[in-house]
Amino acid sequence: MRNVSALVFASGLAFLLLVITWQFVVGGAPMLIGEAILQQGADEVGAANLVTSVVLGYRGIDTLGEIAILFTASTATSLVLSSLSTKSSSNKKESIRDEGTILASSASLFFPLLITLGMYIILHGHLTPGGGFQGGVILAAAFFLPLLAVPGRGVNHSGLALVEGFAGASFIVIGIIALFQGNAFLQPFFSHGEMGSLLSAGTLPLLYTAVGLKVGAELSGLLANLAEIGEIVPESTDLEESSLQTESNGS
Amino acid sequence: MTTDLIHWLLYGGAMGLIVIGIVGVVTLNNIFRIVLALVIAEAGANLLLVIAGYRFDAIAPILTGSSVNQLMVDPVPQAMVLTSIVIGVGIQALALALVLKVYQNYKTLDIREIHQRLSTDIDSNSGVISLLSSEQPAGERPLPEPSAQNETAQLNQGGDK
Repeated sequence: MRNVSALVFASGLAFLLLVITWQFVVGGAPMLIGEAILQQGADEVGAANLVTSVVLGYRGIDTLGEIAILFTASTATSLVLSSLSTKSSSNKKESIRDEGTILASSASLFFPLLITLGMYIILHGHLTPGGGFQGGVILAAAFFLPLLAVPGRGVNHSGLALVEGFAGASFIVIGIIALFQGNAFLQPFFSHGEMGSLLSAGTLPLLYTAVGLKVGAELSGLLANLAEIGEIVPESTDLEESSLQTESNGS
Repeated sequence: MTTDLIHWLLYGGAMGLIVIGIVGVVTLNNIFRIVLALVIAEAGANLLLVIAGYRFDAIAPILTGSSVNQLMVDPVPQAMVLTSIVIGVGIQALALALVLKVYQNYKTLDIREIHQRLSTDIDSNSGVISLLSSEQPAGERPLPEPSAQNETAQLNQGGDK
């Protein structure tokens, strides 16, 4: 019964969506704002990658809100998981084990490569496809790889929080400096430079570096939290069951 | 003709992903699979946004020496999808953390069982017997009898201990 009503609902939704879709034009000219950005973006922001000039130049406050959402999600995740991780933090040191030579040595081989690739993608975000978010995810993967190779090793969460806070604060400070210079909040304010060179597009590379460090620190903290729980859950399962049994026996 | 076909394929694919995800959220019983269905629906929404900025015979919106006077796709939906993907990652991590928490407390991922045990737990923690509660729908609530009220009182005392 529940499945039938769900299917009726879904087919109705699909019909509605397809009717709306039929009105859309595919492959036509961009919307007015997109057309305007394509024509003026190069002169106004100076970034070769127009997506970057949209993300940080025209929609900078939106990106700030996005970082805030990511921060909220990662804080909430660690809040939800914190009560799990404190239970067996005492025997964490004993649970360090090696997952094998191949995994461990390839993790240490890939770590510098991934860091370099991530920083490259972050720093060239205004020139080539990529940017702070994509490079930040690669940085997070670089810091997560040793955790996969040696489970239970733990992560320096206070260091991650420091990097994260510094990057987020510098993003806002750059925006406020733009305010003091008489521009709008987060408006790029250095000279544009020569388009296509590394030092161009004003403050966009600085902003994207801050975004990249923040995203990398947040995501690696988040992954580390989830990985630590993966270590802990099977152990605490037995503990809880036994405690439940003793409770029921006692009553 | 081919334009119509491509139109239907692109939009139909994106809408199909959204519908598949929503059907999964509604019909599945395993909460981990519900999270995966949410991911599929989100992929459909992202695909829809990217298609909205697509343009025939156009290149990526990156200015290089050879890209002068060439058509470019709309950069705004791409920036929005960048935003949406990152937010999606955060939401998925939060959902997974909640799934882990629920699994640790109830040792099951079946949403019907979790719902049942959750309501039982809420009732017992708030000191009411669920079947006798006046909050129950009228048809499912037995008429209060003197013996049942005594039982309630006894249970409440037991809870105080």
